[in-house]
Amino acid sequence: MTDAAADAPIPKPDAGDRARPERQEPLVAADGRPLKKSLQRSLRRQKLRAFGLVAPLLLFVLVTFIAPIADMLFRSVENQIVSETLPNTTAALVGWDASGEDLPDDAAFAALSYDLAAAVEQRAHTRLGSRLNYETTGISSAFRRSGRGIDDVGEIYLDQFVALDPVWEDSGFWARMIGAEGWAHPAPFAPSAQAQGLLPETAAAYTAFARAMQIRNDDDPAAEEPWAPVYLALQRDLSAADAGDVSAWTGPGAEQLEAAHAAVGGFESVPVRDLIADVDDAWLEHDVWATIKTFSPPYTPGYFLTSVDLKLSPEGAIVAQDDYQRIHVLLFQRTLFMSLVIMGCTILLGYPIAYLISNMPMRTANLLLILVLLPFWTSLLVRTSAWKVLLQQQGVINDTLVWIGLVADDARLTMINNQFGTIVAMTHILLPFMILPLYSVMKTIPPSYVRAAKSLGATNWTAFWRVYFPQSVPGIGAGCILVFILSIGYYITPELVGGTTGTFISNRIAFHISSSLNWGLAAALGTILLVVVLVLYWLYDRIVGIDNVSLG
Amino acid sequence: MKLKTVLLSTGAAMALAPAAIAQDMADSMTLVSWGGAYQASQVNAYATPYQEMHPDISMTWDESSPEAVAKLRAQNEAGNIAWDLVDVVAADAIRLCDEGLAMEVDHDELLAPAPDGTPASEDFGDLIVSDCYIPQIVYSTTLAYRNNVEDWNGTPETVCALFDTENFPGTRTLERRPINNLEWALYCDGVAKEDIYDVLETPEGQDRAFAKLDTIKDQTIWWSAAAEPPQLLADGEAVLGSSYNGRWFSAIEEQDQPISMLWDMQVFDLDGWIIPEGLSEERLARVKDFVYFATDTQRLADQAKWISYGPARESSAPLVSTHADLGIEMGPHMPTDPDNASNTLLYNYEWWADYRDDLDSRFQSWLAQ
Amino acid sequence: MAGPPIYATTPQRIWYYGFRVLCGLIFFFLIAPILIIIPLSFNAQNFFTFTPEMLRLDPDGYSLKHYRDFFTNPDWQQALWNSVRIAPAATLLAVTLGTLAAIGLSQPHVPYRRAIMAILISPMIVPLIISAAGMYFFYSRIGLQGTYLGVVLAHAALGIPFVIITVTATLVGFDRSLTRAAASLGADPVTTFFKVQMPLILPGVISGGLFAFITSFDEVVVVIFVGSANQQTLPWQMFTGLREQISPTILAVATILVAISILLLMTVELLRRRSERLRGMSPG
Repeated sequence: MTDAAADAPIPKPDAGDRARPERQEPLVAADGRPLKKSLQRSLRRQKLRAFGLVAPLLLFVLVTFIAPIADMLFRSVENQIVSETLPNTTAALVGWDASGEDLPDDAAFAALSYDLAAAVEQRAHTRLGSRLNYETTGISSAFRRSGRGIDDVGEIYLDQFVALDPVWEDSGFWARMIGAEGWAHPAPFAPSAQAQGLLPETAAAYTAFARAMQIRNDDDPAAEEPWAPVYLALQRDLSAADAGDVSAWTGPGAEQLEAAHAAVGGFESVPVRDLIADVDDAWLEHDVWATIKTFSPPYTPGYFLTSVDLKLSPEGAIVAQDDYQRIHVLLFQRTLFMSLVIMGCTILLGYPIAYLISNMPMRTANLLLILVLLPFWTSLLVRTSAWKVLLQQQGVINDTLVWIGLVADDARLTMINNQFGTIVAMTHILLPFMILPLYSVMKTIPPSYVRAAKSLGATNWTAFWRVYFPQSVPGIGAGCILVFILSIGYYITPELVGGTTGTFISNRIAFHISSSLNWGLAAALGTILLVVVLVLYWLYDRIVGIDNVSLG
Repeated sequence: MKLKTVLLSTGAAMALAPAAIAQDMADSMTLVSWGGAYQASQVNAYATPYQEMHPDISMTWDESSPEAVAKLRAQNEAGNIAWDLVDVVAADAIRLCDEGLAMEVDHDELLAPAPDGTPASEDFGDLIVSDCYIPQIVYSTTLAYRNNVEDWNGTPETVCALFDTENFPGTRTLERRPINNLEWALYCDGVAKEDIYDVLETPEGQDRAFAKLDTIKDQTIWWSAAAEPPQLLADGEAVLGSSYNGRWFSAIEEQDQPISMLWDMQVFDLDGWIIPEGLSEERLARVKDFVYFATDTQRLADQAKWISYGPARESSAPLVSTHADLGIEMGPHMPTDPDNASNTLLYNYEWWADYRDDLDSRFQSWLAQ
Repeated sequence: MAGPPIYATTPQRIWYYGFRVLCGLIFFFLIAPILIIIPLSFNAQNFFTFTPEMLRLDPDGYSLKHYRDFFTNPDWQQALWNSVRIAPAATLLAVTLGTLAAIGLSQPHVPYRRAIMAILISPMIVPLIISAAGMYFFYSRIGLQGTYLGVVLAHAALGIPFVIITVTATLVGFDRSLTRAAASLGADPVTTFFKVQMPLILPGVISGGLFAFITSFDEVVVVIFVGSANQQTLPWQMFTGLREQISPTILAVATILVAISILLLMTVELLRRRSERLRGMSPG
C-alpha cells in the first residue's frame, strides 16, 4: 500500500506553469541544446542503460531456460522421422486411400524395399519401428524382422541382369550411369536428370543406396556393389519404359540398357508384393500401411491425442483410446484432485498459524516465523526421508501407535506408498508457501477494524468472519495459487512415497523420458502441464503481481 | 606390506610396457553400471585388478544403466559420447545395437579365448544375443519368501504361491512393470509354459492375465528398484516377492535375514557390456584393452566371489569358487545350477519389443485404478 | 503471551487456549518430522526406527557410525564434493547477472518491463520436471548434457528468480536521490554503483545469493536429467539411496543438511534486519 502511494505521480503544482514557457524562449540545457530534446535524449539513454543491464540476464535465461522449453514444445509435434526414413514410400503412398480396404499398389511395396534397405544400413529402421509401434502394436517387430531380409528383395533380378551382362555387377558402371555428370565421392550423390526421367525408381533406389554408403561409413558408392532392391527398381523401370525412350538414352551404358530392356520382358518375375511378404508377412496387413500413411506428415497431433487418451486410428480418424489403455486423463485428474486436497490442507493448517503469528508481539512472532522458515529452508529430500521414516509400517508412527495400544502389531496402518502418504508429505512440504503469503497479508490488517466490530456488538465469530476474514482473502488467494502451482508439478515426493496410487503426471513424464523413451509423448504431457501452470501463473500475476512475491 | 608394494609395482611396470608399445590409449574411462552389490562385484573382479596393472588409469563409475538407452540416445544426438563402456541387460543391448548406438564387435577378435583355446564366440555360445553384446553374467528374476511366517499353511513350492492367498496370506511385492508378472499370472492360471506368449498376444489372454493379477493387486507393493524387495521382506513389510537372485542372496547369506529362495519359474536374463558407437581411437583402444581383460575366463569366474550371478562363459563355470567374505560355495547359489534351474522361463525379447508400449500403458493404467 | 484478558468469559478462555493448542499441534507437525531424524541418525543399528536401547537412553544404542560412513564412503564424499563444486559456481553466475538485471529493472523507464519480469521469474514457476525434460533434450542437442557446465548453467537459471526477487525488493526502498547526489558530486556511474548502491543493496544480494545457493544445493530433478555420474550431487545420492539401498547414512546426511539450513536461515534473518535498518525501516 505504502509503495503504491510513493510511486503515484506527484500532482502538478498548477496548470499555469505549463502555459508560461511557450511565451518565452525554449529552455536550454547547460550545453545549449533545447531542454526538451536533451531530456528526451537522456530518457532514451536511461532506457538503453536499463536495457543494457537487463540484456545479459535476459539472454542467459532465454538460452538456458526458454530455448529448452521451446525445444520441448517442438518435440511434442515433431514427426519427421517417418518421411525422412521412408521418403520414397511416403511419396508413393500419397495417392493411396488409407481408409479403403485395398493395400497400396506395387510402387509403394517396391519403394519400401529401397527405403528400408537404406534405413537398415543407417540403423534407422528399428527406431522408426519403435516410433510407429506407439501407434499400432506389432510394427516394431515388423521393421526389425524386415531389416534382416530386405536387401535380398530383388535378388532374383540381380541374378538375371548379371547373367545377361556381368557389367551389371560393376559398381563403377552403376555410379556412372545413374550419377549426375561431374559427381565424385565426397559430394553427396545426385542422380542425373536423364536417369530420373527414364529410370525414376532406379534413380531413387540407387540414390538411397549411395547416400547410405556415404553417410554410414563414408564409403565411395562407386566402389560398392548396389544391393538387390536396386535391381528390382531397374526391372520395374525397364518393364515400364518403351523402346524409343530407351534408345534415346545418351548417358553412359546406353548399349547395356538397350540390351537389358530387350531382355527384361523374358525375365522370370515375381510380384513385388510377394517378394516383400516373403521378408515379413506383416506387410500384407492394411493397418501397417495405413499407420505409415497417417503418420507420414512431418508434424503430428498424435502425441497430444495420446496425452488425452485419444488416438489417430490407422485410417487417420480421431478415436478414443481403448478403455484399458486410458491412463493420462486419470493421471491429470488425480494430479489436479490431489493438488486441490493438498491446497485445502495447507489452508486449514496454515491459516491458524498465520493468524497467530500476525497477532503476536513482534519478538515472539519472529521466533515463530523462524519455526515456519526452518522447514522451508530444509532440503526437500530431508523432509521426504523424514516422512518415509515416520510413515512406514515399521516406522515411528506405527511403532508409537502399537506401543500405545491403539493398533495391533499385525494390523499396522498403511500410510505410505499411497495417496495418503503423498498428501501428508506434500502438505508438510508446501505449508510454508501458504503461511508466508497469508502472514504478509494479515500483518497489514489493522486490528482496529475487528475491535470496532466488537464494540458495535458483534460476537467474536461475526467479527472474525465478517470483518477479518474478508480482508485476509487476498492472502489465501496468493497462497492457494502458489501451493497449487508448485504441487501439480511435483515429482520427487510422489516418486518416493506415492506408490502406485499417489503418483502424479510428472512421474509419468519422467517414465517416458528415461524408461519408455517415448520422448514425444513426454513432451506433449509436459506441454499440457505447462499450459495449466502458465494460466495459473498469469492469474497469480493478475491477482498478486509477480513483483510482490515475498520470500519471508 | 613392503614386499607386496614392490611386487605390485613391478607387476604394474611389466604390464605397462607392452601396452605402451602397442598403441596410444586414453588414460581415463567412464564405465556405466547398476550400482549396489553388482557394481561392487565388477569393481572387485575386474576394475581393481586392472587398475593395479595400470595405476595411472582413472575409472569413473556412472550408475546410469537403468537409463542407459535414453542417455546414450541423447549423447548420440549431441555427438558427445561421454561413456566408454556400458553395462546393460540383453533387451537394451539389442535395442542399442539395432539403433546403431552400440558398436558391433567381432567376439573372437576382441575377447580372450578360453584357457583351452576355445574361441570366445563358442565359449559364450548362445548368450551372444546381439552382435554388439559382450555378456558377463546370467542372472534371474525370481521369488523369495520370509520363512518364519506363522499363519502360513506349509511352505511355498511353486511360483503360484504368489496367487495362493489362502495358504500364504500376507503382502506381496512385485516389480512395477508388466514383464514377468503377466507371464507368471498366465502360468498360474493354467496356461502351459510354451503357450504363454501366444496367449498373451490375444486380448482375451491379456484380460486373463490381468484378472489373475487382480486377485493380489490390493496386497502387493509394486517396486521399481530391485533393492526394495529384500528390504521390504527384511523389514517384514512384505512376506513374498520377486527380485534379482543376487539381491536375495545378499539378504539371505550376507545379512542373515529369515528369507528363503523360491527358484520355480525363475526368469533368466543377461547382463553384459556394450561399447558405444563413436569413441575416439585412443578411447576405443583403452576400452578394448580393458574388455579383453575383464571378460576372460578367470575374471568372470572371480566375479562370482562377490555376487551369485552365473558367469556367461562356459569355461568359467568350473572355476567358480567360494564367496570372498563368507567362504561359502557359490555354485549352488547360481541361477544356472541344475537344482535351481529345473523349471525356468525364457523371456521373449522380441515379443516384448512389440508389446511393451501397449502392455505397459495398460499395466500402468491398471495399477492406477 | 500474557494469557487471555482478565475479563474473558469461560468459552472465550476455552477458545483462547484451544486455539493455542491447535497451533501448537500444527507447529509440531511442521517441525517434528525434521527433528525426529536427528536422534535416529545416531542409531547404532541399521534401522529407521528407535531401538529399545535408544529409548532407554543406553549409550550403546547410539553411535556415530553413520556419520563415519558418510565421511569415509567415497560415493558420499564425491557427491559432497560435486555439490560444493556446482552450487557456488551457479550462485555466482545467478547473482552477478541477476543483480545487474534487477538494477536495470528498477530504473524508472524500462521497455516491456512486465514481459521481461515474467520471463526472468519463469524458472521458478515452471514445474521442475518440465524444465528438466526441456533442458535434457536441448542440452543434449548442444552437447551440454552430462557436463559440469551444463549443470551449472541449469542451476544458475533456476536460481535467478530468487536473486531478482530479493534484490528488487531491496531496491524498492532504495532512495534514488542518493545516486543523484553521488553523480552531482562528480562520481562516475561505476563508482556510484560500488560506493553508494552496492553497500545498500548488499543484504538483498547476499540473501538472493543464499536462495540461489540453496536452490542449487538442494536441487535433484534437473541434475538427474542434465548431469551424469561426474556431477552426482548430494541430493541425487540421497534420492538414489532413498529409492534403493535405504541406509541410515541418509539420515546422517539429512542431519548435516538441517544444520546447514539453520545456519543459512540465521544468516538470511540477520541480513534482513540489517537491510531494514540501513533503509531506515522499522525492524520486522
